[in-house]
Amino acid sequence: MSFFDKLKSGLKKTKESFMGKIDAVLASFGKVDEELFESLEDVLISSDFGVPTTERIMDSLRERVKADRVTDAEVVKAYLQEEIAKLLEGESAKGLDLDATPVVITVIGVNGVGKTTSVGKMAHLYKKSGKKVLLAAGDTFRAAAIDQLVIWAKRADVDIIKQKEGSDPSSVLFDACQAAIARNVDVLICDTAGRLHNKKNLMDELAKMARVVEKEMPHARKEVFLVLDSTTGQNAVNQAKAFKDVANITGIILTKLDGTSKGGIIVSICADLGIPVRLVGVGEGIHDLQTFNAKDYVKALFE
Amino acid sequence: MAFESLSEKLQKTIKKLRGQTRVTEKDVKSFMREIRLALLEADVNYKVVKDFIANVSEKAVGQEVIQSLSPGQQIVKIINDELTELLGSKESILDLSKTPPNVIILCGLQGSGKTTASGKLALHLKKQGKNPLLVACDLYRPAAVKQLEVLGGQIGVNVYQEGTDANPVNIAKNALKQALRGLNDIVIIDTAGRLQIDEELMVELEEIKKATNPSEILLVVDAMTGQDAANVAKTFNDRLDITGIILSKLDSDTRGGAALSVKAVTSKPVKFSSVGEKMNDFEIFYPDRMADRILGMGDVLTLIDKAMEAIDLEKAEELEKKMRKQQFTLDDFLEQMQQVKKMGGISSILGLLPGVAGKINEEDIDEKKLVKTEAIIRSMTLKERRDPSILNASRRKRIAQGSGTTVQDVNRVIKDFENIKRMMKMMQGAGKKGFGKMRLPF
Ligand SMILES: Nc1nc2c(ncn2[C@@H]2O[C@H](COP(=O)(O)OP(=O)(O)O)[C@@H](O)[C@H]2O)c(=O)[nH]1
Ligand SMILES: [Mg+2]
Repeated sequence: MSFFDKLKSGLKKTKESFMGKIDAVLASFGKVDEELFESLEDVLISSDFGVPTTERIMDSLRERVKADRVTDAEVVKAYLQEEIAKLLEGESAKGLDLDATPVVITVIGVNGVGKTTSVGKMAHLYKKSGKKVLLAAGDTFRAAAIDQLVIWAKRADVDIIKQKEGSDPSSVLFDACQAAIARNVDVLICDTAGRLHNKKNLMDELAKMARVVEKEMPHARKEVFLVLDSTTGQNAVNQAKAFKDVANITGIILTKLDGTSKGGIIVSICADLGIPVRLVGVGEGIHDLQTFNAKDYVKALFE
Repeated sequence: MAFESLSEKLQKTIKKLRGQTRVTEKDVKSFMREIRLALLEADVNYKVVKDFIANVSEKAVGQEVIQSLSPGQQIVKIINDELTELLGSKESILDLSKTPPNVIILCGLQGSGKTTASGKLALHLKKQGKNPLLVACDLYRPAAVKQLEVLGGQIGVNVYQEGTDANPVNIAKNALKQALRGLNDIVIIDTAGRLQIDEELMVELEEIKKATNPSEILLVVDAMTGQDAANVAKTFNDRLDITGIILSKLDSDTRGGAALSVKAVTSKPVKFSSVGEKMNDFEIFYPDRMADRILGMGDVLTLIDKAMEAIDLEKAEELEKKMRKQQFTLDDFLEQMQQVKKMGGISSILGLLPGVAGKINEEDIDEKKLVKTEAIIRSMTLKERRDPSILNASRRKRIAQGSGTTVQDVNRVIKDFENIKRMMKMMQGAGKKGFGKMRLPF
């Protein structure tokens, strides 16, 4: 299956409700008038685009429609699609660079967004492409988080470095780096405990962990993925900002796109904070991780 | 942040409306635009917002203004009342009146916080003298069973589990038998996270419900959820007829509009809020506090109430007259400061103002400065207080000595006073009635 088909099937439910709404709007408004714009605006709002970004998109849409004297509602729809894509396109699509190794990947984010699951999925991708993968059980806080990652390590058939629950995550990462060097590992993927972005001490801990990795593996490429749950609303912006302050985020993994939520907030995050979406999670299985592509994402929404 | 802008805009609108006796449609409209934005920014579902705005507008237009409030304040009050009513006017408790064991099922999307909430709820009930049994029916997420066992161990509550190869419906049934044997009066069932569109797993929940005749089915909703919260809650409620909601991760900085959405579409109350990762971080949900949080107005109403109580209206009017005649003196300055003190001090008042809490430096609102100011003014003669222009260097030195401060301190007070006087002059055109109600000398 091509990327587009996979994403499309992942986005199917999303798309259905999204497009259902757009089509309903277009059906009831053959002509281009204020009501049409207002209804399109509702569609964006209901997809978690947020008010400022919705207004920004609608403003340029109105302008273009006016300038081009568009009278066909279908054309308005195409324009809307272009306007959204424009905001996402600032960042070129790239998923996991499977070849540029050695690399240390750290996943961060708030509680329950899908960090550990994404670690498992990425491990599988690398392993499949013939890389030597090691996982670090950096969530030493949540009950049984280590066991959870151990199961994922088994599923992906990769090694894991862990300590016992309650130990210092930086120390786990230190061990993992040492092991990665000793075992000549290509890819080290570090899970971390979920933390709310407004808890300063926990955010500081992330910075400390990054310092350990930098010190122990200075020559390895570093990736830091912020995991965002597509059901999250406007708070995702706060999350992105706060995590960006303490970590060199190199991309976003947008999870749970197999649900009915649209994850529209990533448009703001992409456009305003310049953090690209790299991967999308479309299920709980080990294969349910896809490379994000802005054009396809919007296309899948509007197809 | 949007947070401040709303309250700023509202305050501005409140000011504009001062002096009117009736709330007009136009007033309401301009207000509602801001409220709509605030609610959307708080992630309240857009349809819920529409209904809410329509409802409040209808109630507000044509209202006679309560004597003690300005029209603007009154609209804020209506909005707040409506919001609180929508969220549920008061806290609601669990109904555990069936013949024991009473079953509580927790359900929700993946990652919403069910397992943690199960443990917290168990501890909450244990503290009330109950003897709960936790049941591990999440066989899907790796190590979820283990997680529940660890939590159970931490809080001293037994966990019933059959590993991950069994069937969740059977586990639930067997757990009931275990509860009878173990004299557990409450059974809390942790279920796997699922999408509300996952037919197979939704049927599984229906079967667990049928098999256990639960007293409560609680939907766990992440407080940071966006627009989709309404759809999710609606489907879970349609399928299971849930009895309430647990709002999780409320210790984040989310405005938590999801609370309003789920309540509006299901008519089921939010019963608990989960506010941290520790087992103790679990609270009964108070709807009125949530209303403030969603609107992001801080505690404007509390402030209004406090102001109403503390400020002597007669004195305020007198002050206003003086001000209009440009007769505002240091005595009046002192008087206003006294009133601020009655209201609990500047920092407590500023803390109530939206957007201000946590924003200002402690030094900026140094209460000691206030005390100093008071001492300085008290060391002045009546003549000096009425006409500070006569304060030459030697007078200033005397005042500093008398009040145990420095000449710089005295200079500062005089400068502050002049500034306030200038400000008042500028604001004069703005309001006719009720000066002093909200305006504070800083
Ligand atoms: N439907 C769906 N569920 C997901 C996805 N990613 C993760 N999950 C689920 O979300 C829940 C939390 O995931 P987990 O990886 O433990 O989150 P963490 O706390 O961030 O590590 C688990 O039940 C996962 O199976 C996804 O893309 N789609
Ligand atoms: Mg995890």
